[in-house]
Amino acid sequence: MKALASFATGGLWQRAGAMLVKEFLQLRRDRITFATMIMIPLIQLVLFGYAINTNPRDMPTAVLLQESSDVGRSILKAIENTRYFKVTHLVRDEAELDRLLASGRVLFAIEVPAGFERALRRGDRPALLIAADATDPVATGSALGALRELVQTALQHEHAIPDSPVAAFEVRQHARYNPAGASQLNIVPGLLGTILTLTMLIFTALSVTREIERGTMEHLLAMPISPLEIMLGKIAPYILVGFLQATLILVAGVTLFAVPVVGDLSLLAALTTLFIATNLSFGYTFSTLAQNQLQAVQMSMMFFLPNMLLSGFLYPFAGMPVWAQWIGECLPLTHFIRIVRAILLKGSNLADLHYDALVLALLMLVAMAIAVTRFRRTLD
Amino acid sequence: MPAPASVPAIAIDVHGLTKSFDGRVVVRDLSLKVKRGTIYGFLGPNGSGKTTTIRMLCGLLTPDRGEGRCLGFDIRREAEAIKRHIGYMTQRFSLYEDLSVRENLEFVARIYGLADPAGAARAMIDRLGLGGREEQIAGSLSGGWKQRLALGACTLPSPQLLLLDEPTAGVDPKARREFWNEIHALAADGLTALVSTHYMDEAEHCHEIAYIAYGVLLAHGTVGEVIEDSHLVTYAVSGEGLTELAHELGGRPGVDMVAPFGASLHVSGRDAKALEQAIAPYRKKSKLEWTRSQASLEDVFIDLMGKARDNYP
Repeated sequence: MKALASFATGGLWQRAGAMLVKEFLQLRRDRITFATMIMIPLIQLVLFGYAINTNPRDMPTAVLLQESSDVGRSILKAIENTRYFKVTHLVRDEAELDRLLASGRVLFAIEVPAGFERALRRGDRPALLIAADATDPVATGSALGALRELVQTALQHEHAIPDSPVAAFEVRQHARYNPAGASQLNIVPGLLGTILTLTMLIFTALSVTREIERGTMEHLLAMPISPLEIMLGKIAPYILVGFLQATLILVAGVTLFAVPVVGDLSLLAALTTLFIATNLSFGYTFSTLAQNQLQAVQMSMMFFLPNMLLSGFLYPFAGMPVWAQWIGECLPLTHFIRIVRAILLKGSNLADLHYDALVLALLMLVAMAIAVTRFRRTLD
Repeated sequence: MPAPASVPAIAIDVHGLTKSFDGRVVVRDLSLKVKRGTIYGFLGPNGSGKTTTIRMLCGLLTPDRGEGRCLGFDIRREAEAIKRHIGYMTQRFSLYEDLSVRENLEFVARIYGLADPAGAARAMIDRLGLGGREEQIAGSLSGGWKQRLALGACTLPSPQLLLLDEPTAGVDPKARREFWNEIHALAADGLTALVSTHYMDEAEHCHEIAYIAYGVLLAHGTVGEVIEDSHLVTYAVSGEGLTELAHELGGRPGVDMVAPFGASLHVSGRDAKALEQAIAPYRKKSKLEWTRSQASLEDVFIDLMGKARDNYP
């Protein structure tokens, strides 16, 4: 009776304490959880602090000079001095300008028309043509704003131009692909990629660890099936699931938010399938590296976070420092967002998008190669 | 499923197998020969290295040292070929608990590339007596039925060799008996079976046995041979005051082992003369009845374990 009584009065705190000690012991053995506790806040801090800039500078710009004149060069210089624009391409004709915009290699195309200087001297107020890729209105908005100021200051040192109370030339802006600057036209393609990334990663991240945790892996390994066969068999069904999910998001985007479908839907379907397979391969790779399901989910989260922050979905890609852009280039979501924006809003074709498609395919193959070589054929 | 080009008369022939994990030797210099068509009992206490040995035989673990052949295939280099011709039943239930009986069997049949997976699964369901339960989820089967299903799954692709890791652990006696009957039926068809167990009484179901403790193979042969090779002389004592007697005899020169055995006490020694000398003073006691009996397999194993503990600490 005495033992029973002491158990009853032993106290809530003693038993809660016992639980606490046990939890700490388990936490100490789980290194990956420990690592995520430290890494996730650090990654977030660094990315938000250093990489993300909602007022992007130095955005890639293509220039077409129809005439070679001092005035034209002065204006270009002034444009670069705003620090919003960085001339990366000097092109020869308008077709090339259009191609660069469609492929997403530049965000702005500036054209100095023929006879610009002569018209300027005559006081005819010629127009400088600037086309912006407005698929992401956040990225290009402030740069276009800065152009208004430019008109006033660009030529103040050019003495050949007669002084006049009105600006000597005008800037004719054209917000291409999204003239109204509707942000949902950017958000729907971005969400399509983000949702697919998250769900596809989780689907396959659990697949191998689940077999290990449930004890079915030992039987599987004892049967004549190769790691490649296991991987293909595990990834394939989710491609269909991902495809259905993508269709659902797109149909909702088109019907609810009037997102236009300018380009080729079959190309979009093919590249979406590639993107789905790439993410499934990454998830599967995490699954072969993780010890258990929790670790696999944590790894997926660590991968998902930079995908979301550095892909150009939430924050303008061009606004990030070069190192962050390089990381972004290695993430599938970056390329998929470009692809979806380009096909839906710009009507781009495979020739415009071959770089992004190739990177996606390369990332998929790298992930698969890691998964197949890292897959443990034995229980050693 | 094509059979190996020439099925050797020795199904398992390995020597010098050694495996350690994190510096702890789990299997030490183990050699094993199993003739085709026999049921080979692999006995030993828990943690003695039985599972590790079986996993090395089917290519799931790579031995640190040692080599050999399983069904004529090299266990180091031809693990994939071995996997095609063996059926491995893991200690823990390792079929999919969230698939039905039929779905599990069809999955295995497809992996092995059987011509008619659905037909093969149906035939196995009939053979296992699982008719009417084929749509039941495997996780909801009782322990005994899970065991039968697991055996069915590993015999489905008509293997040449069965490696069964403690198939009867935690199964009731009736199910155990039926299980052994099934193994004998399979062996009669020419199948070889290596069955690990820690139930000593299951040795009687085996044609030959091997005893492993502390990772070392301590004895092998038929049950009779193992007992004879131990040279153990055993006296069974019954009467009153057996607990005190056990205390007094234990550790005396000539007495190698004292173990209670039901209502009697088994006193054994490897040297008959020394043993008789040691027990002489107690044989005169009127309340005790001494009979010289044959050492049981359990006596032999406990004695072997005691010896092994001294050699491999």
